[in-house]
Amino acid sequence: MSNIPTELKYSQTHEWIEIAHDGTGTVGITDHAQELLGDIVFVEVPEIGSEVSREEPCAVVESVKAASDIYAIVTGEIIEGNEELADAPETVNSNPYIDGWIYKIKIADESELDELMDAEAYQAFIDESEE
Amino acid sequence: MGKKTPLYECHLEMNGKIVDFSGWDMPIHYGSQLNEHKQVRAEAGMFDVSHMTVLDMQGDNVKGFLSTLLANDIARLTQPGKALYSCMLNENGGVIDDLITYYMNDTFYRTVVNAATRIKDIAWITKVAHDFDVTITERTDLAMIAVQGPKARDIASKLLPSDLQASSLALKPFFAVESNNTFVARTGYTGEDGFEIMLPNDDAAPLWRKLAAAGVKPSGLGARDTLRLEAGMNLYGTDMDESITPLECGLNWTVAWEPSERNFIGRQALEAKKDNIDTQFSGLLLLDKGVIRNHQKVIVEQADGSTSEGEVTSGTFSPTLGQSIAMARIPKTKADRCWIEIRGKKLAAKIIKPVFVRNGKSCIEPR
Repeated sequence: MSNIPTELKYSQTHEWIEIAHDGTGTVGITDHAQELLGDIVFVEVPEIGSEVSREEPCAVVESVKAASDIYAIVTGEIIEGNEELADAPETVNSNPYIDGWIYKIKIADESELDELMDAEAYQAFIDESEE
Repeated sequence: MGKKTPLYECHLEMNGKIVDFSGWDMPIHYGSQLNEHKQVRAEAGMFDVSHMTVLDMQGDNVKGFLSTLLANDIARLTQPGKALYSCMLNENGGVIDDLITYYMNDTFYRTVVNAATRIKDIAWITKVAHDFDVTITERTDLAMIAVQGPKARDIASKLLPSDLQASSLALKPFFAVESNNTFVARTGYTGEDGFEIMLPNDDAAPLWRKLAAAGVKPSGLGARDTLRLEAGMNLYGTDMDESITPLECGLNWTVAWEPSERNFIGRQALEAKKDNIDTQFSGLLLLDKGVIRNHQKVIVEQADGSTSEGEVTSGTFSPTLGQSIAMARIPKTKADRCWIEIRGKKLAAKIIKPVFVRNGKSCIEPR
């Protein structure tokens, strides 16, 4: 059973977003995603200032097995990448929702958030895809 | 639903994540490939390799047969139990498979070939054997467990049938001993000391559980691949195939040119080619952060300033070195640096001999 915090929103490509008081978002991959990927050995975070579009690849997570694209969960401008992951990529495995965040984003269109899943819907989505 | 080895239930019990490997349901890892890798380098791990194909070859003329079939020289084996690594070539010198052959006695040799190539190997071997009146028997009654790591022999030898305990521990590298259908070889595919143990199917799960209870960690095909790559050992289908000769995948040392009258299959093609090879098989060490993957492009700058391209045959992250390593077929060069194209970026790599880690220690000179 993977961990799915109720205060976050989720995409079908297994990213999560947390909205701060100033309206910016912090994004990472879910516990379920890190489990599927296996031991993570490298994370390529997006560049600060880059504009990303929803559902387009914007970062890469490499496990010992393979490289996987991370898709932008919403459209916006990257305001920070998690530089700590350069020396400790395994943080994404051990703590995917807090220290293992990947980037922070200034959200262009808040209405895109409405299309994401809450924890309950994401749990159902995982259950369905595993059947 | 794939084929299952006699250890399948053990894999499920030990939380093995099962994947398809050439039609077999095999464990890729049991939780963490990295931990399994490190455990083999530091202490001991075990792998289910029962999917590999064991072929017993018997007949008065079996030596003549293997002398024709294999690019390495079977006559090098003169002591019972001694093992030989060789390629089996087609008439064009391309590698049909790489394999290990053990000398049992003058009319009996045992060969282990890859699981993925089983059907074509058996077809080819049977065809060649026809002219030599050699009997080929596939030993599907045997399972195989590889126990690898610095502590592997000490732990495993104590758990073997009593008549093999002392004799297995006394084995020199690349030798094997057999008793009552249990066959213990001091060989492996990890760059560590250890055993490969063939034993009757029904004996496999009990031994696996005893090994686990003695602290040997079950390890999956994922760790097997990163371990073999660190050790600089080729993987069939990745580093070579039927379009590649041993001279183009770093296996020159396995081709026995002497005696010159030994006319092994593929010899003529290799002789015609050997002075005209324009590639080299090299190890690459990524100097930047990132992970090299199979088939990525390698760019080599020649002394005259021109550039030419090669290809990564096996790339991964090296858990022991903490950086990415690869084996690659690249244009012949005197350069010691190259670039690897990873997602549109050119990352710098050092060109070295394709051996990265042996017996738990880095083989890389400090930068």
